[in-house]
Parts: sequence; C-alpha cells; structure tokens
Amino acid sequence: MRTNLADYECLTPGSVREALEQRATGRKLIPIAGGTDVMVWMNDGHLGKVGKVYQSLHALAGEWRYVKTDTEGNLRIGALATYSDVRHHEDVKKNYPMLVHSAQVTGAIQIQNRGTLAGNIANGSPAADTVPALMVYDAKLRLVNASGERVVELSEFFTGYRANVLKEEELISEIILPKPRFAADQQYYRKVGTREAQAISKVVFAGANDGKGNVRMAWGSVAPITLRSKKTEDAVAAGAAADDAWAILQTEITPIDDIRSTRDYRLKVSQRILADFLGKVHQ
Amino acid sequence: MTPSNPTYQYVGKSVLRNEGRNKVTGRAVYVDDIATPGALYAKTIRSTVACGRIKDIQFGPGIPWDEFTVVDVRDIPHNVVELIKADQPVLCDGVVRHREEPILLIAHPDKGMVENAAREIKITYEVEPAILEIGPGAVQTEYLIVEGDVDAAFASSDIVFEETYQTGSQEHVYIEPNGFIAEWQGDRIVLHGSLQCPYYVVKAVKMCFGIEEKQVEVIQETTGGGFGGKEEFPNVVALHAALLAKKSGKPVRLIYDRQEDMACSTKRHPSVSRVKIGVSRDGVLKALDFDFQIDAGAYVTLSPVVLSRGVLHAGGCYRWPAARIRGRSFTTNSPPYGAFRGFGAPQSLFATECAINAVADRLGMDPAEFRRKNFLHKGDKMPTGQVLDVEPNLDAMLDRVIAMSGWAEKRASMKKGSGRGVGLATILHGTGFTGSGEVYLQSRVALAGRADGKVDILVGSTEIGQGTETIFRQIAAEALRLPMEQVEFHKIRTSAVPNSGPTVASRTCSVVGRLVQRAAEQMFEKLDGKSVAEYVKANGSLRTETQFEPRPGLKWDDATYKGSAYGAYSWMCNVAEVQVDPVTATPKVETIFATVDIGTLINPTLAYGQVEGGVAQAVGWATSEKVTLRDGVMANCQMTNYIIPTSVDAPDIQLEFMPTPDPFGAFGAKGVGEMPMDGPAPAVTAAIGHAINKTISAIPATPEDLIS
Repeated sequence: MRTNLADYECLTPGSVREALEQRATGRKLIPIAGGTDVMVWMNDGHLGKVGKVYQSLHALAGEWRYVKTDTEGNLRIGALATYSDVRHHEDVKKNYPMLVHSAQVTGAIQIQNRGTLAGNIANGSPAADTVPALMVYDAKLRLVNASGERVVELSEFFTGYRANVLKEEELISEIILPKPRFAADQQYYRKVGTREAQAISKVVFAGANDGKGNVRMAWGSVAPITLRSKKTEDAVAAGAAADDAWAILQTEITPIDDIRSTRDYRLKVSQRILADFLGKVHQ
Repeated sequence: MTPSNPTYQYVGKSVLRNEGRNKVTGRAVYVDDIATPGALYAKTIRSTVACGRIKDIQFGPGIPWDEFTVVDVRDIPHNVVELIKADQPVLCDGVVRHREEPILLIAHPDKGMVENAAREIKITYEVEPAILEIGPGAVQTEYLIVEGDVDAAFASSDIVFEETYQTGSQEHVYIEPNGFIAEWQGDRIVLHGSLQCPYYVVKAVKMCFGIEEKQVEVIQETTGGGFGGKEEFPNVVALHAALLAKKSGKPVRLIYDRQEDMACSTKRHPSVSRVKIGVSRDGVLKALDFDFQIDAGAYVTLSPVVLSRGVLHAGGCYRWPAARIRGRSFTTNSPPYGAFRGFGAPQSLFATECAINAVADRLGMDPAEFRRKNFLHKGDKMPTGQVLDVEPNLDAMLDRVIAMSGWAEKRASMKKGSGRGVGLATILHGTGFTGSGEVYLQSRVALAGRADGKVDILVGSTEIGQGTETIFRQIAAEALRLPMEQVEFHKIRTSAVPNSGPTVASRTCSVVGRLVQRAAEQMFEKLDGKSVAEYVKANGSLRTETQFEPRPGLKWDDATYKGSAYGAYSWMCNVAEVQVDPVTATPKVETIFATVDIGTLINPTLAYGQVEGGVAQAVGWATSEKVTLRDGVMANCQMTNYIIPTSVDAPDIQLEFMPTPDPFGAFGAKGVGEMPMDGPAPAVTAAIGHAINKTISAIPATPEDLIS
C-alpha cells in the first residue's frame, strides 16, 4: 500500500442525520460506501488526489441498505444496497434483467458483496457496468442534504469526466427505477471487457425498445461519461436503418485510446453492437 | 490415461502435496508474513527516464531525513549484480540505462513515512535518446549453427517460404511479489526471501560485499510462484535489503507491491524471427534459415542462455537436411528481460510452428500430414549435429491428438472465415541445462539419516508451487523402500544443504530427482537391511551424497555450438480449437487437446497441474497478455490491466500422457515444467487464422489486432 494512512481522517457517523449534519459544516468529505474504489486509491497512493477527509457510511446500512418495490410499482435501491443485494433480489430478477446481468459482470464476488450501485454512480467512472442499464431503465437519483432533498435523472447526473451535479453537502440516498416497461426480449445488454470475468469494460452498452416509440440506448467507456445517445435513440425510434443510426451515433460518442483499448476498436465494436441491437429488437 | 508402474509404492502415485495443506489453510508463512520487531521498511527509488545521466538528487522538505537510512552508490562495496557478465550495477552509477533503474534505497521504521518520503525525492536527469526496439542497439550475444549446405538446399527446393514473426513480452504474475528480509548477525548476513535459486543469491551477496560464502545464509521462505521470475531477479532485491541492513544495523524488510514488481522486474524477452523454409512440392523439408532476435534489455543478465535455448529449439521436431540458425540478443533501454518458463524456446518455436503451418497451407497439405512427413526419428540429425538416440514416438502422439480432437472432421466442417477454427503445433523441449551447462553446475544432493529413523533430503532445489518437496519425497522413499512419512523435506537454508543447482530449466524432477534417487539407492545399500535408527545408533551418522555425472557419450562444444544440446527431450502435440466473436473479434480458446511425453510421471496430479498451468499461461501469452511498453517499461503494471486468463477464460484442457521414459532421469522422468509453454501459442494463432481467414504472425493476437 502506497499510502500513509496517518495523513488521512475518516469520520464515522452513526445515522443518516449525523452524516448529513457533518456534510452541512462545509468540509469536503469523501463518502465511503462499499469502499471498493477507495481501496484501489489507497493501494496506488492516489488517496490524496481524491481528498483528505473521508466519511464512512457503514453505520447507515440500517437505513439505506434495501431493495424494494414501492406501492406505485417503482423499484427503490437504497444507497448502501450492494451488487449482490440487487442481483439476487426477486423483483430485480423479474423486472430488470439488464440490471442483474450488469451486476453479475461487475468485478468479482468479493467486490459485489461490498460495492454499491450508488457508489458506482458517485465515483463516476465512464466504464461503470451497471450505469448504462440503469439509464435505459430511466433511473432517477434521490439526493439528500440536512435540510431537504431533490430528485435528478441519472442521465443528467454526470457533467464531465468523474464530475456530477452532487453538491458537497449532499449524498445519494436511493436509486429509483420506474415500473418496468420493456419486454424481456426487447432488452439488450453487452459488456465488452478485457476478458470474460473480472474485467473493466472497453465498451459497455444497454438498449431497449418498448415498441411504442420509446427507444433507450446507453453507452459506457466510449466518452468521458456514461451517456444516453439520445439523437440516435430518436432516429431509431423514427425508423432509421443501422447505417444511418451509426452515422448519428458517431456524433454522440467520443472514444479514446487508453491502456485497455483503442479508439478505433471502440468505434468498430460500437458500430457492430448497434447493428446487433437493432437486429434483435423490433422497430 | 495415467500410466504407472504397479511395482512402485510411490512413484506414479498422486500422493498429496507436501506443503499443500498449509497453503490452502492459510498457514503457510510467506516472507511478508514474518514478524520482525524493530525492523525498517524499505523502498527503492527508481529512475523515471529510460536513458540519460543523473544531474541532481534533492531530498525535499517536510521529511525527517535524519530518521531515515539512505543507501546510495557510495555505500556499495562492489557495485555489481554478479551473474553471467558483471555489467549490471546494484544501484545506478550515474548513467541511467533503463526506466525503473534503482538509484537510491531508503528505510524507516514507519512504512507510511517511507511512502511519503519516496515522493519527496526529486531526481533530475540529462535525458538521452533511448533505444526501445530490437535492431538499432548493440548486439550482446550471437550464435550461429550451420548444418549441411544451406544455400544448395534452398536452390534445390521447389518452394521457398519466408515470413517474419513477432512475440511480445510476458509478465510472470507469480501470486506473490518479490520480497526479502535481511539481517546482519555480526559479520554474517541472513536473508529470508521468495526465490527459486538460493545459491544465486549467496553468490551475488558474497561478491557484492566481498565476504566468504559461509558468511551468507539464504533461507527460502514459502514462495508464491516463480515461473523464472524468481530465478535471477531476487539477487537484486536481496542485495538492496542487505545494503540497507548493513548501513542501518537493523533488520530490513524490502517487499515489493504488485505495481512495482510488474514495472521493474524481469519479463519474457520480446522476439523477432525471420524464417525461411525450403520444401519440395510433395512436402519434404529441405532447408531452414532462421534469424532469431531477442530484446535483452539494458543489461546482459541471463539473455545469452535464453538466446541459446531459443536457437537450440528453432529447428523444432523436424528433420532438416540443411539448416542455418542465427541468434542475436540486442541491448535496449528496457529493464533487463529475464528467465521465464520456456526460456527462449517458446519464442523460436512460435515462429517455427507458424511457418510450418503456413508452408503446409501453401502446399495445400493438411498440417498434420505435412508434419508426419518431416518428423524427427531415431537416428536423425538435428541442426546441432546431435543424432537422436531414442525414437520420439511423434507419429503415435500426433495420431492420438488428431483422434482426441476430432481434427479431420473439424477442419472439414469449419470453413475458413467462419469464426471457428482449429490449429496444430508439435514441439520438443530439452530437459535441463545444455550438455555443458549441467557439467558446469556439478549439482550435489545429500540424504541424511537421523537417530529417530527419519531421512532428510538435503537439496538447494526449491518448492515454488510445482511440487519439488512432494516428488523428492516420493523418489527418495521409493528408492529407500521406506514409508514416505519417514522421508522429510525441510525449509531450505543454504548453510544446511548442498548446492543442487538452480530450480530452473525443467531440471528439478528429472536431473536433480535422479541425484536424489541415486543418493537414496546408495543409502539403501549402506543400510544393508538395518533400519535407519539402528544404523545411526551403531555408526553415529548416516549420510550419502551424489554429484551430477554426464550421461555416457554426450558431447557438447560451446565454441562451435555443435554436439548434443540436451541429454533428453520431452515432446508435445497440441491442437487448439478457437471461436472468434463476430461482434468483438475476441478469440475464445475453447479447448486445447494435447498428447504429452514427459517420460515417467512421478506424480500424475502434479504433472497434470504443470501442463495445465503452462497451457493456460501460453494461451494468455498468445491472446490477451499484452505488456504495453512506454519508455521501455510496462505501463499496464496492474492486475486490472494486464490480462491473464481467469478460470472463465482458460480453455478446457484435455491431456493424454504417452511416456517414453528416459533411463537417465529420475525413475525415467524427463522435463515437464516449461514444455507446455511452447506449443499452445502457435496452435492458437493457427486456429484464429483459420477462424477469420487471416494470417497471424504476431502475438498477442488481441481483439484490437483482429478486428480490422
């Protein structure tokens, strides 16, 4: 481990209220949910670049670790629900198959038992595996602070590479998925990782079509943020063929060369995934 | 099929691994697990440029430097890492020859402080242009083997084929990074380490400090894998720890983390092979012209020997009426490349096997039939002039692997470019060091009887996960006619064991095992019916010792590179079955079928483990294990970004052993550890080529390479 832990501070609030009060003081507190990203920074010696003071949400599990369907039929995933909680939940298995799939292919079992979907969102990696699936399901985030809350669309949460609309005093309290609207065979999820398991995505895609003019397509690892390709969605909803859709998609994604793959590969694979998706859902 | 001789009690039986229980229950103590009260934590400060001169070193503010032990080049009695050539400094001598070159060593009782201090050392350089590829740099070592009239043979060939092949580097990814704990006890140094070759460390420390061998004690702790990566590299780690311990007067822990280990330590030599093959229209090989080049990195280390093995295997398992094989290693500004399972042979055999497949294709012949026409048989001459004195049994091995894999049907049904393919590779691997190498080593082994009736095996050959402890106990117990529980293998301390040579070159089971067998046979005769306890009581002690003896008639001339390169060869026929994803161009190696001749299987379970592990490692090398070099060093130095196969990625492996025992190996055993690294890569690339109707001439063949 390349970090001198003595240089860092970690607050351990016992409740949501205490956590939000700590955040209201104006200090920059880096929240720790599952800690699976924090551990990587500790090991690499990059903790200092992220922040000096951390806030463990561990003791908030009683309030925030849940997966449930509310009376209106929305799925609610508490901020401390883990990948394992989500992928094994009966309602998720029944109604949100891409969420199960994307949670299954995230990291190893150990990561799935610790890591949270909310943490994955807050961390803001454009390679996050569950985020495209959540976006296709029109996920919303409830953001809370000591004095109130607001709800934002996940597809509008990210503002740039690892940047988002979350304010220092806020925490994500839950993820809300509207009632399921896509038939099972009209949903398509594909992770193109560096290998078949325990891999980071080179391209990750989720797409769905409800047959009533609603097409959703979300992409990871091909831009600074996970994004919905809304122009391409509209074109496809209006009946665009694969070639035309691809021409539009190229104006929306901006893949790069990095340690895991190349811009060229990501473009080619995105084009093929788009064609494969369009071939598999009816228009 | 698990062949075993029913007359043996232990040989040929899959007895449980000696140290296995401790490893799977977490009781095994690795070097980082050892408690060392009062010890200092150490870190190595490394160069950030590939080539240049150190202009200035600044120790930044805010660090209590007076609490630190800092070692620089002036603290080193003799600034050389002793190996083949005395060219590698222990710490950079002012001239930087590669990135990650060690420049300073620092140590402090608080590990966190060490990390902070390391960040505050600023080194400035006068940067010079670096050489980062094979070709422009100086030739370090060169070999040339010529047999027959090569030019005439090409002139009389109907078809002359030429192609260039490239193989990338490969990181060992042993499960435990390098590490040492060093402590001076008066004028004697004790080193605990993770290593393959304890006597290499003894020699390096002795030479650097100018002390006697008896002043150096090297203790091998439980070692989490080696694959060659802990052959010579641990010398450097041991020297650094010893220097800090000397200067501070305290025990020093120098344990690498994964990133440092991957970035700075040795790796497989990248290679370029220019292959020219002459063949008759009916598929008989006439001539080989093979130009084998490897990137040695900045220092010589073991590159001459790696080059040698590559050259000696370049002819593969074929009969060449004429052959010219030239090998060259080139100096570059990468960290020195080093020993890695196969030791040069996988690189040259990749080119040979790819070329053989391509020539068969050119001839319109089934690559299996083409091989059958050209296999080596007893009495045939190899490029070094070695005449094979045993029949390799390749025809039967090929028949069997063809049958096991459904080769003919699959080749017929899988159309080129269909996304599915099969590929073939047949290879050989020489057991142990070359003829002169084993003579030079003069390995020694001892057995000692104890008053309690037990027998200790005394060797410097290490357990690194491959099964040394277990097979040596099997061999000794068999020859002593004693229960295995009566034969013990202890943690290796160089003061207590003779030098049985390095644990490398697929030599431990066959060559050193033979010495154990002979020592046990001598002890059995000495006992003459008495029990060990009775003998020790009557005579005070019981000890037998054996030393390597070359097999009769074996001659090798290092000056001409002619003669019998290896005393025995192992053989392997591989068929790969591959599917390439139409969307992602990702090659999935579904199955590797193989027939394997490693002579007698001392322990079938361990033999399967060696072959299966080697196959998985070779498949990784061929497809996903890309060492991304920046400024000559590995940029993707993390488990996340260096892609070894997981259990989901690894192929199904179907093996059959077809032993032809070697009368000079332990109970007939030949080399096993390295050979499985040789064949799968060319078989896989042939299968990928078939699947996507393209010629693959470089590995790793990643999806990024295959998609266009």
